[in-house]
Amino acid sequence: MRLELDPSPTPAKVAWSYGAFFLLTFLLLALLFALYGVSPLRAFGLLFSVVLDPLGLFEVLRRAVPLLLIGAGLSLAFRVGFFNIGAEGQLLLGAVGAAYAALFLPTGPWTLPLMFLLGGGLSALWALLAAWLRVRFGASEILTTLMQNYLAYYLVVYLVAGPWKGERVFGFLYTDTFPQAAWLPRLGESLVPWPTLLLGVLAALFLHFLLFRTPLGLEWRVLGDNPKAARYLGLREGRLLLLVALLSGLLAGVAGVGEVAGIHHKLLEPAQISLGYGFTAILVAWLARGGPLFTLLTAPLMGVVLAGGDLLKLELSMPFRVVDVFAGLMLLALIGAEALARHRVVWRR
Amino acid sequence: MEEALLRAVLFGTPILLATLGALLAERSGVVQLGVEGMMALSALAAFAAALAFGPSMGILAGVLVGAFLGLFHGIFTVTLRANQFVAGLALSALGLGASGLLGKRYEGLPLPAPLPEGGFALLAFLLAFLLHAFLFYTRTGLYLRSVGENPKAADLFGVSVDGVRYLALGMGGGLIGLSGAYLSLAYRPAWTDGMTAGLGWVAVALVILAAWRPLRALFGAYFFGLLFFLQFRLQGSVPIPSEAFAAMPYLLVILVLALSGRAQAPKALGLPFERGR
Repeated sequence: MRLELDPSPTPAKVAWSYGAFFLLTFLLLALLFALYGVSPLRAFGLLFSVVLDPLGLFEVLRRAVPLLLIGAGLSLAFRVGFFNIGAEGQLLLGAVGAAYAALFLPTGPWTLPLMFLLGGGLSALWALLAAWLRVRFGASEILTTLMQNYLAYYLVVYLVAGPWKGERVFGFLYTDTFPQAAWLPRLGESLVPWPTLLLGVLAALFLHFLLFRTPLGLEWRVLGDNPKAARYLGLREGRLLLLVALLSGLLAGVAGVGEVAGIHHKLLEPAQISLGYGFTAILVAWLARGGPLFTLLTAPLMGVVLAGGDLLKLELSMPFRVVDVFAGLMLLALIGAEALARHRVVWRR
Repeated sequence: MEEALLRAVLFGTPILLATLGALLAERSGVVQLGVEGMMALSALAAFAAALAFGPSMGILAGVLVGAFLGLFHGIFTVTLRANQFVAGLALSALGLGASGLLGKRYEGLPLPAPLPEGGFALLAFLLAFLLHAFLFYTRTGLYLRSVGENPKAADLFGVSVDGVRYLALGMGGGLIGLSGAYLSLAYRPAWTDGMTAGLGWVAVALVILAAWRPLRALFGAYFFGLLFFLQFRLQGSVPIPSEAFAAMPYLLVILVLALSGRAQAPKALGLPFERGR
């Protein structure tokens, strides 16, 4: 028995492939919940209960904002064949840039724009480094961006424990609170900063337009779908890659600015700034199948998972790792289902 | 000085074992980015089994869980021909997540009879030579390498490409599992969430630095071991923040990647094999 390529799978086959894999995902997750000692039904109920009350929905939205910003950039990057796994670190760099502008530069009405400029710029440069290493030395960006996550992590730890440690905090690892001029306005009483929400929506729209309605987008798509053809056509691969790295890094940085300026109002320990957005956004982008516009749907979807994971943590005192499990299983289900749909089983060697 | 070298070897041993495991998979043409998660889950399995049935069962459980995860990776990368990078990253997340979740009840428990680090170190050292001999002086090793270099030709010669890749992933997974078992049974005889601390990713990079050769991996692993030791030893005694030392291995990985590139990679690395294409 072996699998052969199926050039034109029927919609029904695609549907049952995805159905089968998602069913498998939920069964495995249920098994894990049971092994942990929690009724799977109760756990699933809690996980998705956040969509049932307004407070829960605001939590979902709050989580969806960074996921949308990062996910839109990553969906573009993945489409072009730049496997940016470093959004986590790029988000942290954005937070660092924003914190510097808020804490050490004279404040005024220009403070917030300056934070976005500095934070976004810093993380764009951070992502550019990985793209440059790939273009210049052939270093796999999957590994370099991943390693940069750790570097950014330790940079933030160093800053909040060392030179930037707040003067009015005792024993805690964070900076002083930002001045009021560096706070982003929020939606009503919620924790959702609306400027970054708006930016996220605009970014998804803009990148979609760029990718599918401009000559640059066409070159990007050729490079992503068929690098050989791109070289044959004389496309300037290096420049195309650097640009896509810059854009996805910039958006992850903006997400970082949004987290510290909109929610925490200070730079704090990296694990508390990010809550795993970088990795979950990979899933957001992968679910969007290479179309930045679709992250408008997939980001809130994963926002539900993150907010629901919070609830699991609180109600069942589960470690937050459950979100990693969910993300890992979903990714495997996605690529598995896609592959299964593209193949047919042949009963001979 | 002697202490430094000894600690370098002991620090380097888990890196070496994991590197050998990933190297074996990649020689057959399958990118193995699942190492970190596989190590974490097999470390937990080894610890749980050692508590329940004794240390030798612990090692066995670690190796078996590692091998199982390697074969699991194979379902996606070999049979379904899915994107190997994404499958590996997902496997890492899954392994880290599941181990953190299921390992919570083992957090802080002592292991009554920790295993000697030296035994593992010696075993890892010998395994590097054994793997070298296997890859370069046996028929199966030749098949394995040729599947990684030119699967089409290997297929024409009647070698089962899929079979060889499963074999490499399973054996490699076993080695990665052994590395996890070393962590939780000998190196730090306990279980904590996140105890793999990026060692798996160091191993992934080391495969590239070692140019996919087991004996070079030996040097690389001990070199990284020395760096980890220095980081541990120099903390507090020099005016460099400890975070800089903690970040050092990752910085080195980036440098290594920039310097070594992927020129010597097996030619079919990362490419799913489809007969007739």
